[in-house]
Amino acid sequence: MSSSPREYVIAKWIDPAFTELYSAARFVLRFFIEVFQPPFEFKEIIRQCYEIGYKSLPLITLTGFVTGIVFTNQSRPSLAEFGAASWLPSLIAIAIIRALAPLVTALITAGKVGSNIGAELGSMKVTEQIDAMEVSAINPFKFLVVSRVVATTLTLPVLMTYSAFVGLMGAYLNVHLNELTSFTSFFQSAFSQITFLDIYASLFKAVVYGFTIGIVGCYKGFNATQGTQGVGRAANTAVVISMFLIFIEEILIVQVTTWIRTS
Amino acid sequence: MTKHKQSQGIDRSQTVILLKDLYKSFGELDVLCGVDLEVYKGENVVVLGRSGSGKSVLIKIISGLLMPDSGTVNVLGNDVSKLNSKDLQALRLKIGFSFQGSALYDSMTVRENLEFPLVRNLRNLSAAEIDKAIREVLEAVNLEQTMNQMPSELSGGQRKRIGIARTLILKPEIMLYDEPTAGLDPLTCTDINDLINEVQQRYHTSSIIITHDLTCAKSTGDRVAMLLEGKFLREGTFEEVFNTEDERVKSFFDYNFIQ
Repeated sequence: MSSSPREYVIAKWIDPAFTELYSAARFVLRFFIEVFQPPFEFKEIIRQCYEIGYKSLPLITLTGFVTGIVFTNQSRPSLAEFGAASWLPSLIAIAIIRALAPLVTALITAGKVGSNIGAELGSMKVTEQIDAMEVSAINPFKFLVVSRVVATTLTLPVLMTYSAFVGLMGAYLNVHLNELTSFTSFFQSAFSQITFLDIYASLFKAVVYGFTIGIVGCYKGFNATQGTQGVGRAANTAVVISMFLIFIEEILIVQVTTWIRTS
Repeated sequence: MTKHKQSQGIDRSQTVILLKDLYKSFGELDVLCGVDLEVYKGENVVVLGRSGSGKSVLIKIISGLLMPDSGTVNVLGNDVSKLNSKDLQALRLKIGFSFQGSALYDSMTVRENLEFPLVRNLRNLSAAEIDKAIREVLEAVNLEQTMNQMPSELSGGQRKRIGIARTLILKPEIMLYDEPTAGLDPLTCTDINDLINEVQQRYHTSSIIITHDLTCAKSTGDRVAMLLEGKFLREGTFEEVFNTEDERVKSFFDYNFIQ
């Protein structure tokens, strides 16, 4: 019996979408239940922080530094046109601390770490390593998922702060070479327009992005199916969904901070 | 010629695994349709069947990795489907599961693979005790020299042996072997079959061995059960099952001999 187009759309898209959403919500809920239950995997969390944080430093350094230089170069002519070149350090600091550092760090980490988590757990899933943990009376969710999500959530604010620092150093280098501004006057000018709200909001964003990258990567990897193809799909969708969610979260957090700033 | 299994040390008064009227489906596909099985203490039961006949599903249900749609799964006196997660974890310490693909943790060395279940389940062991346990199981599977190697550096047979060693380190009462000889050459298959019998004798385990390899069935099974069409069509010694008049069972044996 042939189904109507409406039934087809429901069966093909709507049902699976809600099933996936339900399954993801259960996964997130399980994380919040298990993260507070002993035993705590401190050793594994520290190892993951090293893997996720320390090993991302070269890439974060490069992207942060280049962002600072490029943004300064691109902003200078526009400001100079209005005779506002002296505002350059403030503009750069606002842009880097409020938006660029959290977003660039999150996107780079989603690409590097999110795909890595998705592929690693996906591979463990399809080769039955996760089942092997379970039958050895080890909680694989606690060992694999909780440790990774906690590590990404803790690490991303640190990476973001480092990225902002490196970005400002890149901007300073550019400004110093072009306008011969001293280190002290550059940073005095840069931080004159920065408030604690900017810093707190950025740190909060980094925490949210870190959690998103970790939980999406783990969810996709933990639920990988269909062999090596499934591993590739888990890695790929982990990155795509993380980035999509990061942009949505960015919009929401910016709306809230703008409302706090203006009220 | 394949050696016959000499059954000894089986205590028929003690049932370690009891499956009653077990059903399991995946969507439209009925995999198990009323399975009954009893495994006695010290006994090796071989479950023979074609690929996709639900053999692996059966042992995954026994270990609590999958839940049955209906029926009873009683392992060491515990109804598996009614256990809470803590009790299921405790039961799993008594069950060893050897996976078809070995399922060794590929980011860890052999030593770390063996150490992992031990230190996580018995947290107050000293370094010397851990070292002793690792050496003991490596000696049992005759692979002491591989201790610091990565799983990727091992052959298929060695991986199977380390997989078995990893389960033995927790001293299980029950061993579940999922296709222990799949993908191995005949000589290595013989080694694995001997190892399964050695494990039975040395660790006094009761086992379910899932296979479609007749040589493995003949040399390791005290009893053979034929799983076809979602239920056990025939049970008994290898000869009893082999000499059955049931055409469906005979066709399985004929096909395997042609292979």
